[in-house]
Amino acid sequence: MLSRVAGSVYWLFRYLERAQNTARFINADFNQYLEDQDHQGNLWASLVAVTGDQEFYQEHYSSYSRESIIHFLTLDEDYDNSLYRCVVQARENARSIREIISSEMWEEINSLYLAVTEYRRNEGRGTDPFAFCKSVIHSCYLFIGLFYSTMNRGEAWHFGRLGMLLERADKTSRILDVKYFILLPDPAWVGTAYDNTQWAALLKAVSGLEMYRKIYRRINPRDVAEFLLFEKDFPRSILHCLQNSEESLRILSGPQKNLVRLRTDLETANVAEAMQMGLHEYLDNLQNRMNQVDLDIFQGFFAPKLSSETRKDHGYLGQHQS
Amino acid sequence: MYTTKIMFTDYQIQGPWDEFFQAPGVPHPAFQAIFEALNHTRKEDYLALHKEAERALIRTGITFVVYGDKEGQEKIMPFDLLPRIVTSQDWNRLEKGLIQRIQALNLFLDDIYHDQKILKDKVIPEELILSASSFRKECIGLNPPKGIWNHVTGTDLIRNPSGEFLVLEDNLRCPSGVSYVLENRELVKRAFPHLFEKLSIRPVETYPDMLFEVLDHICPGVQEKRFGVLTPGVYNSAYFEHSFLARKMGVELLEGQDLVVENDRVYIRTTHGFEPIHAIYRRIDDDFLDPKVFRPDSMIGVPGLFQAYKKGNLALANAPGTGVADDKAVYAFVPEMIRYYLGEDALLNNVPTYRCGREKDLGYVLANLDKLVVKATNESGGYGMLMGHQASKAQRDEFALKIQANPRGYIAQPVVDLSQAPTLVGDHFEGRRVDLRPYVLYGKDIKVLPGGLTRVALRPGSLVVNSSQGGGSKDTWVIQDDQGGDHA
Repeated sequence: MLSRVAGSVYWLFRYLERAQNTARFINADFNQYLEDQDHQGNLWASLVAVTGDQEFYQEHYSSYSRESIIHFLTLDEDYDNSLYRCVVQARENARSIREIISSEMWEEINSLYLAVTEYRRNEGRGTDPFAFCKSVIHSCYLFIGLFYSTMNRGEAWHFGRLGMLLERADKTSRILDVKYFILLPDPAWVGTAYDNTQWAALLKAVSGLEMYRKIYRRINPRDVAEFLLFEKDFPRSILHCLQNSEESLRILSGPQKNLVRLRTDLETANVAEAMQMGLHEYLDNLQNRMNQVDLDIFQGFFAPKLSSETRKDHGYLGQHQS
Repeated sequence: MYTTKIMFTDYQIQGPWDEFFQAPGVPHPAFQAIFEALNHTRKEDYLALHKEAERALIRTGITFVVYGDKEGQEKIMPFDLLPRIVTSQDWNRLEKGLIQRIQALNLFLDDIYHDQKILKDKVIPEELILSASSFRKECIGLNPPKGIWNHVTGTDLIRNPSGEFLVLEDNLRCPSGVSYVLENRELVKRAFPHLFEKLSIRPVETYPDMLFEVLDHICPGVQEKRFGVLTPGVYNSAYFEHSFLARKMGVELLEGQDLVVENDRVYIRTTHGFEPIHAIYRRIDDDFLDPKVFRPDSMIGVPGLFQAYKKGNLALANAPGTGVADDKAVYAFVPEMIRYYLGEDALLNNVPTYRCGREKDLGYVLANLDKLVVKATNESGGYGMLMGHQASKAQRDEFALKIQANPRGYIAQPVVDLSQAPTLVGDHFEGRRVDLRPYVLYGKDIKVLPGGLTRVALRPGSLVVNSSQGGGSKDTWVIQDDQGGDHA
């Protein structure tokens, strides 16, 4: 298939998955403390920290209030990873490959786009942001459901799945990392009910609390990390996402070396190792290695050149992001 | 409970030709059955169906972009659910006239890029052609596959108060709108499924197959043929249509950046390397097609494409250079072309046209600006136009200066009182002016899609139907012959 088209399918799914995960971040049950705790600012600030875009935030916002952070994550037109921008970019990519995806998929993403632009036009007024995020998550589920049930398992499908799963693996690692940025008011709170509720909220953000309980029953940080990193049967765990990405990349005969190495490392690693290294550092390293895989895909598929070619590459709609 | 009939109570038919009624409350005989069917629909139901059709357009993203508007702003073309209907007799006449016209235009293009006999015989002033900005010297001596230049034409027709169809413009470059013809049909079918079963309406859904056959016909003879539609990209106003046609034909939708030329052969950039492509329906104007030959600053074109085309390694529809037949001053000569090349009288008349480049016409035009429509010869889409009878004195004076500065660049025509068709306004029908753009394909033979885009001027009394100027559209129904003959 056309390189540009492959790139657009891949980015359509990355952006959509990114939008969905932003909605998940916001909807994580952190809000259950917000009304009466004095350190609520801290919880919300952690959401900014995990995006890795604090610098942008500090330049554009003066405080870490709940309103500012929700605005930043959902509506900010200048912030490329805001939910609004992600949906716009996903839809823009979809529009450029309408002949590739099914009409049902197009109509769903177009409806999501219309809903999000409408929400933005009203600056979110009159709609509860949590309800809005929930509707975004549902719309993404619907889109992915259509993707699985209406598209041939051809090249385009595998590029879509690859984009979705690599983005999901990255976002799961960031959700797990949220806890690093949430400082407990007192070290003595570690392992208390309060601490554990926060870990439970993380699991809820990835729709994993119930599945977690089937395996571990009790909540503790070590098990949560193990579950989100290594549980190959949980569809949002990093290992699961990478194993399935690898399958798509193999079918596409793409550059697999780095991905295979990363997957093997994860399969043989254990959570004690990660904890010893420091969970945050461990996740940081994972994210860097996943970025390398993304770069391999870009170079392998989306930017081929004739040897005689001198023309500058125009790139495609989705901008490469490291 | 009211039926749809009540929505016609105050319908006025004085003045222009009415496409539906011959007298108040009395439709043309061929439309009686449709009128009756409408009268069995409840008013609320009709209004609800109309709303639903509009919603469907937004939901499915059938949009276009208006230039000069906020960048990237997408709009739907306003849609009127009540179809415009053409009788089989009218259609058969139109079809013959269009085929004749397209044939003559193709012969004209082949002539002026070769021997220029029509100029040597002084049927058309040589200077008129050579001065046209759309005349491409690069195309002199070009031999397009099978001798066909204008594969896709969207001819604009209007109807005068006595009901005669006249040709307003020949669009031989990249006429757009055919996707609306197909989508409008879908919407109307969904709204009135029963009506469709009862009446014999000629199908338009075959268009993508017809276009595919044209590409196949002109494609160089190779084992595995591969076709594409070349688009300027997602920000082009007609992007939806480009993507629509590629999807319906099952061919690649290409942007300039997807194509590379090596050794005069054209390749597409794929995930598995470079693969050859053989025929392209291009929706990029000549100017931007190949920066090596035409505008060097084109970012959307493909360097080397023209040379590959000249060598016969690639087929293009339409051929480069067809724009010269679109020039509004050249248009005035189409009846002469028909006589010259075919030895026949034109079956479809032009609107009388004054060429400002001719001295005696110029004097008349300047003296009668308030009665004329003035158009820039090399513009389309309703841009660069003066509606003299509606313009202010100041606007007319300003235009007079422009004409005097560049007489060759303008033509003028008397204001034609376009025909009207009933159109929903609020909760009732009023007459609104319409034109008709049928699509003509030239491959193995010349075929006219039985239907077309009916554009409707939504403002009361307005005669400008262009979508870029706030026009809407209607489905166009061509009624099947009694003999059941299929002319497509």
